[in-house]
Amino acid sequence: MRWLRRNIIGIIAVLVLVYLFVPIAVVAVLSFNQPEGKYNVTFNEFSVSAWQNICGVPGVCESFALSIQIGLLATVIATIFGTMIAFALVRYRFRGRDSTNLLIFLPMATPEVVLGSSLLALFLNITFPLGFWAVTIAHIMFIVSFIVVAVKARLQGMDPRLEEASRDLYASPRATFRYVTFPLVLPGILGAALLGFALSFDDFIITFFNAGTMVTFPVYIWGAAQRGIPVQVYALATLVFFLSLVLVLVVQGVNARRRRRLEAAVASS
Amino acid sequence: MSMSSGSSNLGFEVKDLELINLTKRFADFVAVDDLSLTIPAGSFFALLGPSGCGKTTTLRMVAGLEDPTEGQILLGGADLTRLKAYQRPVNTVFQSYALFPHLDVFENVAFGLRRRGIKDVSAAVTAMLELVELGNLSRRKPAQLSGGQQQRVAVARALINHPGVLLLDEPLGALDLKLRRQMQIELKRIQTEVGTSFVHVTHDQEEAMTMADTVAVMNKGRIEQMGAPVEIYDLPRTRFVATFLGQSNEVPGRVTGSSGRDILVDAAGARFAVPAARSAVETGDILVGVRPEKLSISTQGTDIGDGVNAVTGKVIDASFTGVSTQYLVMTSWGGEWMVFEQNHTLGATLRPGDEVIVHWRPEHTFGLAVDSPAVDGLVAESA
Amino acid sequence: MPAIVPTTTAKTDAPAASSGSSQRRSRTAYLLLLPGLGWLGVFFVIPIATLFFTSLQAPVEGRSGVYQAAFQISNYAQALGDYWPQFVRSFIYAGLATVLALVIAYPLAYFIAFKAGRWRALMLVLVVAPFFASFLLRTYAWRTILADEGAITTALNALHLLPEDRILNTSIAVVLGLTYNFLPFMILPLYASLEKIDPRLIEASGDLYARPFTGFRKVVFPLSLPGVVAGTLLTFIPAAGDFINARLLGAPGDSMVGTAIQVNFLQFRDYPIASALSFILMAFILVVVFTYIRRAGTEDLV
Repeated sequence: MRWLRRNIIGIIAVLVLVYLFVPIAVVAVLSFNQPEGKYNVTFNEFSVSAWQNICGVPGVCESFALSIQIGLLATVIATIFGTMIAFALVRYRFRGRDSTNLLIFLPMATPEVVLGSSLLALFLNITFPLGFWAVTIAHIMFIVSFIVVAVKARLQGMDPRLEEASRDLYASPRATFRYVTFPLVLPGILGAALLGFALSFDDFIITFFNAGTMVTFPVYIWGAAQRGIPVQVYALATLVFFLSLVLVLVVQGVNARRRRRLEAAVASS
Repeated sequence: MSMSSGSSNLGFEVKDLELINLTKRFADFVAVDDLSLTIPAGSFFALLGPSGCGKTTTLRMVAGLEDPTEGQILLGGADLTRLKAYQRPVNTVFQSYALFPHLDVFENVAFGLRRRGIKDVSAAVTAMLELVELGNLSRRKPAQLSGGQQQRVAVARALINHPGVLLLDEPLGALDLKLRRQMQIELKRIQTEVGTSFVHVTHDQEEAMTMADTVAVMNKGRIEQMGAPVEIYDLPRTRFVATFLGQSNEVPGRVTGSSGRDILVDAAGARFAVPAARSAVETGDILVGVRPEKLSISTQGTDIGDGVNAVTGKVIDASFTGVSTQYLVMTSWGGEWMVFEQNHTLGATLRPGDEVIVHWRPEHTFGLAVDSPAVDGLVAESA
Repeated sequence: MPAIVPTTTAKTDAPAASSGSSQRRSRTAYLLLLPGLGWLGVFFVIPIATLFFTSLQAPVEGRSGVYQAAFQISNYAQALGDYWPQFVRSFIYAGLATVLALVIAYPLAYFIAFKAGRWRALMLVLVVAPFFASFLLRTYAWRTILADEGAITTALNALHLLPEDRILNTSIAVVLGLTYNFLPFMILPLYASLEKIDPRLIEASGDLYARPFTGFRKVVFPLSLPGVVAGTLLTFIPAAGDFINARLLGAPGDSMVGTAIQVNFLQFRDYPIASALSFILMAFILVVVFTYIRRAGTEDLV
């Protein structure tokens, strides 16, 4: 009983983590299912056929590739724009800072359904064609704010003396940016870009309003939910999940090992 | 003393640094107030003062990291005032070093040379790392170094550029006491070896006195007093200097006359002799001051001889520190005096409650103006 | 007079030079801001304005799905009149989900911040990891977990705890889905503000005779309020606008305002009503948000 009281927070914490992963486990398990009817909801019979033939259902892999394409394009542009804004906010004094902050903040405080529907209202009024470019434009718009926040945090965390030291050591403003500021902020920018890509790739609501007849991966799943989602979709989602998780864990592990090596080196010297 | 420029044994151009009427005003206060100062080529100069006294702002203006509101900065006669930081032949060892975390030791040290377009840097970097005894660590990243090693890299990274003057901003502040002592000696050695001027900003009086040839004590944007450490310690000219640099015992009084080279002061019912040359005032109200280690202490009634200054009081605390015994004495007029007595004999002879007479030779006395403020809270700290 | 002129120019020289350089600096700032803010101006601000104008449009007689510029405020009355249950449901569901998420997230965030030790980095990765799996599939997976013949529903039914004898296709499922979906948005800001708290403060409160729970209530919780504010906003906003959970997990009677907007825009093509609904939703959310901002300041939230 005392053990329980002492560890109660830890137990709840682990249970919450488990809770976060239960639906993902369900998705992974169902990717090995041979569903009885058209709905892949209850486990029927073990099968690897979806995995062996992951593009076997028409449209699945096409929509997947389309989502990656839009994600990459939107991420690159939004990362450039967002990084520029973050630099302006952290490094410069200018009039209109408060309005700028507000304009960055508002898209994050607006429900996606409003973002998506308002853009649709604009596109309908100016008869801009829905589809690839409409969706890419929308994604850049809603990712930019997240990029600004992430890069800004990184910039603010940087010791201003590093740039002063660079100027003190004969580096012009341009050289200081190139040799000190940029290399130090780059990990933050890459992290922000990764976040942006994940947001774009998985976005459904904004996309759904502006896609017209175009089918991204989430739009495909939405449409399929009515008539039964193919097992291949479960397999693809499981694959993406585990690949991303392994990638992040490997990066984490490398960082942790490097940190331990550094500590050992300092201790021994 | 003031050669405008020359060259040192390691090929450094050594130059005088001149600050002329230098002023820095921020929105609501004056950080540096009309400061004029010449730092002779090749000297180890310390700017000493409490935080907020303007010493770091002065240093940053010399480095070009802060624009002066008024005034001029000359190095070897050339005007630096309008040059950008990266155009000035001046380098800085930053507080907590500001080593580039993404570059290894070699590239940190090579940074300044590379930015000036020097292609072959390896010989110079190797030589500089030898000077600071880090030759074997050139491929380490800053995070893999101890505090002392990072400090050496910071010095090497600045010195390799052969600056006309090297600026050090609290360079030892992040080190523990033992390492700090070691690095004080090390920095002094390096300065002697390269011969260029070091301008060292610190709030640590002991550090300033140990390393510098010349110490300038700063307060509220102005220099209170400047000179060799022994000079300003033995003869403080203001109450701020007397209390910031070491400890000071004082008794308020009034000048009543003179006798030969001394002025005579009546204070606390006794008469004190102060050498006129050692007094900041010659008439009216005065503070008679003396350093604690210049004092002798005896039980009342002991014959102390003629021609000494003396005050009476009661011991309220005696603490044995090994080398000396420190007595806190409540004087007859209610002031507390600190007395350091060498432990020549075995065992402490005085105990709290003992009635004592504290006395010293008139030539150790100094006279201060009454109106100048002391340093709050620093008296106890420097004990 | 002539003597004064050079003096004044000499005096104004330095400030003029420095203000010139600060003008140049702010011009750089505007150049840096231009593309990003321009994008947000054209594709966020203008659409919101368009949304507003669309919400006042009137139908063109005889042509369905075609509207013309007008000032038909009655659209708002009609939108609210037809869809007030959806609004009410949205805010109740989102509010319940936010409270549930706060209760669930706090112990985990607390554990990661103060007790996780060397597992901290790994646990943070695990909190973010659900984002790597498709939002729609994760939501749809709850159909399996909460299925009528599933273990959870069967167990709760045996205890007669379910008013409708089922979870799936009820409002309970919708709230559970919303809670689940936005939980990481609650955990992360909570963790960020808890992590800044010096753990010695907890020890100090214990040292000063506070029982563990009192120490939490008087020290830790007040200091974590910025995280609570950010987390509740980040959960409530997307939950209030969501229509995925209502559609995939609820019954048709559980539809939310997001559903109404989506259906009016994309199926009925009643753009004015859809725009009015969307605009009301945004206005309401902004009122909620700015009440918070008044306490925190914009710079803190961005």
